[in-house]
Amino acid sequence: MDEATASGLRIAVLVKHVPDAQFDRHISGDDLTTVRSESILSELDEYALEAALQLVEAHGGAAAGHRITAITMGPAAAVNAVKKSLQIGADDGVHLTDEALTGSDASATSRALAALVQHAGPFDLVLTGMASTDGETSLVPAQLAERLGLPQVTFAASLDLTPGDGGWTLAARRDSDTYAETIEAPLPALVSVTDQINDPRYPNFKGIMAAKKKQIQVLSLADIGLSPEEVGFAGSWTTVEAAAPRPPRSQGIVITDEGDAGIRLVDFLAGQKLL
Amino acid sequence: MTSVLVFLDHPAASLAKSERELLSLAASLGEVSVALADEAGQAYLDGVGSYGVQRYYRPEDAAVSDVLVAGKAAFLAEAVRASGAGIVLLGNSYESKEIAARTGIRLDSGVITDVVSLEGDLTATKSDFAGSYTVHCRVTTGVTILTVKPNSFEAVEAGLPSSPEEVRVAVELPRAAARITGRVEKPVSGRPELTEARVIVAGGRGVDGDFGPLEDLADALGGAVGASRAATDAGWIEHSAQIGQTGKTVSPQLYISAGISGAIQQKAGMQTSKVIVAINKDADSPIFEIADFGIVGDLTTVLPQATEEIRKRGL
Repeated sequence: MDEATASGLRIAVLVKHVPDAQFDRHISGDDLTTVRSESILSELDEYALEAALQLVEAHGGAAAGHRITAITMGPAAAVNAVKKSLQIGADDGVHLTDEALTGSDASATSRALAALVQHAGPFDLVLTGMASTDGETSLVPAQLAERLGLPQVTFAASLDLTPGDGGWTLAARRDSDTYAETIEAPLPALVSVTDQINDPRYPNFKGIMAAKKKQIQVLSLADIGLSPEEVGFAGSWTTVEAAAPRPPRSQGIVITDEGDAGIRLVDFLAGQKLL
Repeated sequence: MTSVLVFLDHPAASLAKSERELLSLAASLGEVSVALADEAGQAYLDGVGSYGVQRYYRPEDAAVSDVLVAGKAAFLAEAVRASGAGIVLLGNSYESKEIAARTGIRLDSGVITDVVSLEGDLTATKSDFAGSYTVHCRVTTGVTILTVKPNSFEAVEAGLPSSPEEVRVAVELPRAAARITGRVEKPVSGRPELTEARVIVAGGRGVDGDFGPLEDLADALGGAVGASRAATDAGWIEHSAQIGQTGKTVSPQLYISAGISGAIQQKAGMQTSKVIVAINKDADSPIFEIADFGIVGDLTTVLPQATEEIRKRGL
């Protein structure tokens, strides 16, 4: 990725429309792809957008020339994730849509996103959520970073930028079960953030009105220099052979405590040979 | 014979259960070698050797571990080339999945995560959408790279004493990189790891700040303590205990849910548990829909009574 201009930060936030987790989710059709009828902006992407907004606000705001671009790919409805991002505060949006994208696995998705980010950029910072709430593979951000040759800071629980003579440096904190780490990286970089990093804001009336004037660039594969064989089923390195809903868990026994429920629980565990 | 490379991250003093599961699975698939980004002690290497491992790969430059993910991925890709492996197995932590992800791009190879079973033709089974779908998939291009869920394969003690030979591979580290500048170890609880525990006692909003009764029951059962997001957000227990969509996914033999309503985001992390027990004051809690044994009652009386009963029976 080329060096972005020194005047302002250019931040890309990858957003995704996902089936709303509140509704039943399905895999369907002969091609075993996800049905996205009840789609929303992935909850986990809202933290990435909020992180971008806070970085811009901490370094002089839009007046300093910083710019946040919401980027997505997918069918027509995918643009809803971009629209919501513009209402919340992103400056412009990019939507890659092409029928050939259907069936892309993580490797094909990251290939398309890499070409898209390069086309729409250059960016100083690419921000993503910690995982999409549907496929849950967590692979795409790491694969995108590898394809773009970017340092990758995933699962950031805090994120700060410091300007310096040689450009911006980012500092982040990561927590694992056994240790907490501090990370430093030069920009450009790719960062995924956790749900611990901030409390995402909601769009307000002013934001919703302002969003109507913001630009969304709609691009096809040809526009970003990819051929249909490089994405979708053809460009994927894995294949789904079968998908079936898990048989629902049948409800077991429910008792109301009459003073001996703890003992009855132990009886149950003993009966299941779980003690 | 197929060559299988197992990537073992952050080696402890001896092999963890999930690592023994990985090595057992690998041994059933072909000739096993191991990639170790970090220094491992003799007891650990002896454990690796008992699975008949002849060779372990180490980076020439120890700095691969200072570079977040990309360094280990660069090393693993070189180790795959050096070993000629056709199958690569990793654990299922977020970091392992990312190392697998970047290695896949470096080797033009497909990656499948969250694998719970594997056929002879390398068709992998995983669950999607928070455990509501079972998906069978296969790598079609390059080396088969799989991250494997703990508790999915049996850890067989191989007992073939061998002293694996160390092979160093040269790794070219990425020029621009994210570096780890500090690391603070957290205190160890003495309870099993959540993702590896046979028994988990988890609490939510209904715990109302006091995890004591849950810890006591967990200790009586030799289990781990987990929590819903409501409980970790309230600061009652550390964030690493969170089970659910944005926390850990667990499938223990026994999951005891106490004071958790059971919203979809929580179910996402635990609904593949073998046996689910739920205790909640609210008879309408959705958790009861998936519980094998539900108790409508007060966890502050039910849990201590159960703990006492287990101790009384001398179990």
